[in-house]
Amino acid sequence: MNVRLDLTGSRSAVAFPIAIHNKVLFTLVIVAVAAVVSLGFISYAPNRLVSGASIPLWVAAGSLPTIAIAILGAILLAACCIAPNTLVHYGVAVAAGLLLLLVLAELGHAASVLASNAKPSSRMSLGAASWVLVACAMLAVADALQRVAASISVQLIAVIAIGTGIVMLAVTGTFDTLSIAREYVIRRQVFAAALVQHMALVGTSVGAAVAIGFPLGVAAARRRGLQDSMFAVLNILQTIPSIALFGLLIVPLSALVAAVPWLAAIGIAGIGVTPAIIALVLYALLPVVRNTSVGLTAVDPSAVEAGRGIGLSNRQIFWQLELPLALPVFLAGLRIVTVQAIGLAVVAALIGAGGLGTFVFEGLGQYAVDLVLLGALPAIFLALGADFILQVVSSLLRQRFAL
Amino acid sequence: MIEIDSVTKRFGERLIVDRLSLTVPAGGFCVLLGSSGSGKSTTLRMINRLIEIDSGSIRVGGQDVRSVPAEVLRRRIGYAIQSIGLFPHWTVEDNIATVPRLLKWPQPRTRDRVDELLQLFRLEPEIYRAKYPHQLSGGEQQRVGVARALAADPELLLMDEPFAAVDPITRDALQAELTRIHRATTKTIVFVTHDIEEALRLATQIAILHEGRIAQLGSPLEILEHPASDFVADFVSGQGLGLKLLSVRKIGAHMRTGVSAEGEPLNVDTSLRDALSVMMTRRTDRLPVCDAEGHPLGIIRLTDLVR
Repeated sequence: MNVRLDLTGSRSAVAFPIAIHNKVLFTLVIVAVAAVVSLGFISYAPNRLVSGASIPLWVAAGSLPTIAIAILGAILLAACCIAPNTLVHYGVAVAAGLLLLLVLAELGHAASVLASNAKPSSRMSLGAASWVLVACAMLAVADALQRVAASISVQLIAVIAIGTGIVMLAVTGTFDTLSIAREYVIRRQVFAAALVQHMALVGTSVGAAVAIGFPLGVAAARRRGLQDSMFAVLNILQTIPSIALFGLLIVPLSALVAAVPWLAAIGIAGIGVTPAIIALVLYALLPVVRNTSVGLTAVDPSAVEAGRGIGLSNRQIFWQLELPLALPVFLAGLRIVTVQAIGLAVVAALIGAGGLGTFVFEGLGQYAVDLVLLGALPAIFLALGADFILQVVSSLLRQRFAL
Repeated sequence: MIEIDSVTKRFGERLIVDRLSLTVPAGGFCVLLGSSGSGKSTTLRMINRLIEIDSGSIRVGGQDVRSVPAEVLRRRIGYAIQSIGLFPHWTVEDNIATVPRLLKWPQPRTRDRVDELLQLFRLEPEIYRAKYPHQLSGGEQQRVGVARALAADPELLLMDEPFAAVDPITRDALQAELTRIHRATTKTIVFVTHDIEEALRLATQIAILHEGRIAQLGSPLEILEHPASDFVADFVSGQGLGLKLLSVRKIGAHMRTGVSAEGEPLNVDTSLRDALSVMMTRRTDRLPVCDAEGHPLGIIRLTDLVR
């Protein structure tokens, strides 16, 4: 028998009785429901090293929170079937945001209930279902905001509202018994240092990549031939796997430091921060150079021609016309590079550069997933935050210049 | 006044402008007319040194253009092009104020000048000052482009096919405005086009360029009535020589004095073509003619048009 689920809402021979207007949200709700039904909400292990037992949502959180989560899910499911309008989308964003906070609160709550009946060495970590729920709720918020084409200020309000909710939960101790929080408590001192170190690695390498890549991009935009050869070299660099590049830099740098002793005196070494920054800069160069060059070549030649014709000097044409007009494309490149560097800097911990990657590799070595998360989650939030901030900046610039 | 004296320009082996000499008197409206590749744009762009000349000399107001830095020269010469080239990230006001700001005019003076120019082009300052180029129609953009070229009150205005990309109705309006502004400001204008009708309509002086040389220089009427060569005759007349003659001849030279007729009088500067058009619409074969102040001068009859 061939029964077709008709998601488009058009009438066909064997049609689904209700039209699904928002297929994305519908999929998210179905995935979330499937995850909650089949996977554990929270994972309980008697100690850090053994793998835990999965506990489903209704057991872990109790009946009332489960019903609350189910009601929010039902509201979102119902929203899929209403003809879309701005109000529905905002409603979806609010409901999904509430769902996100509720799931997090219940995670913390369930963990503390479990902890009160267990030994201090026991570990409560996030189950697969809670990951899926959190991810689906976040995607539902993002999708709803996208559908109303939310202005940057509305997006900012949404991010601040959800962020404040999560911070409030954390400050009131909701997450304290979750294993990732326990890993954090043990490493509180080291964590702050690692976070700062990570941001310093990213900041230095992105700064250096802009300092080197911007002039190269300008040169590439001016000379066609230069552009082709430059991109060829940078493309090859981009294809080298990151771990390999980190490793490859150790040998020549060590040799260099051995040959020129004063380099060691200013802190340059074959392993550690130096090769990490060099590698991150090399990876960042291609997007910076390419976007600078593309942004400049995309500037309307008639504006430049008219500017020259009415008496702007070459310098004025560059600073007052070409640069502002190329800026949005350049900033898009900067966004790519920053997010990429935050991720790659995690790997740099392998060659002793420090940063959040330290926890990731330590956790991998100890088979302690929560420790891996202590490194990975902040890196993800750093990347999302940097991406959002640069998006705000570039959208403000677009507004200012009405591009 | 512009004196172009035996100017030559080569791009590689190709001779683009060949010992070209041309004098445009102050307040003149000189149209460089020719097909593509005739050297008209190159000649124009050598005046403000967007292209440097190989040999010969160009003087603007008696001063050799190479005796001052190119940027300083260009700020004294207005420049408008077919693709307009408004700065997309600047408002209309900022666009028009470009050269006054480069010349460091005081702010109130710049602002007054912007308003004055917007009014000259019949763009309401309150509405248009803060708009961005992408919010304007093609015709409005070109008005702003020409306003920007005129902003620092240059004695000389160079225009490179400025109306070639706008629709015929807008082009007609822009040509009328340019004629009005030329009369009101007495600026010297050098205007490049390949459109003969446009040249006949705007010019006080037409230079027909062919292969980097001037094939003929003269008033629109001279060029139509006495083409210097077969090339010029072919180039300017084509099918509608008679109609073109009607559009460049004024009724002043064809009217009869001491007679009067009924109806709204025509100005003595009206072209024969417009007079014919009025006769057609009024279904009459004679029209009264008056001078600029409205005093009756005589009449023009249908048969006078072909004399």
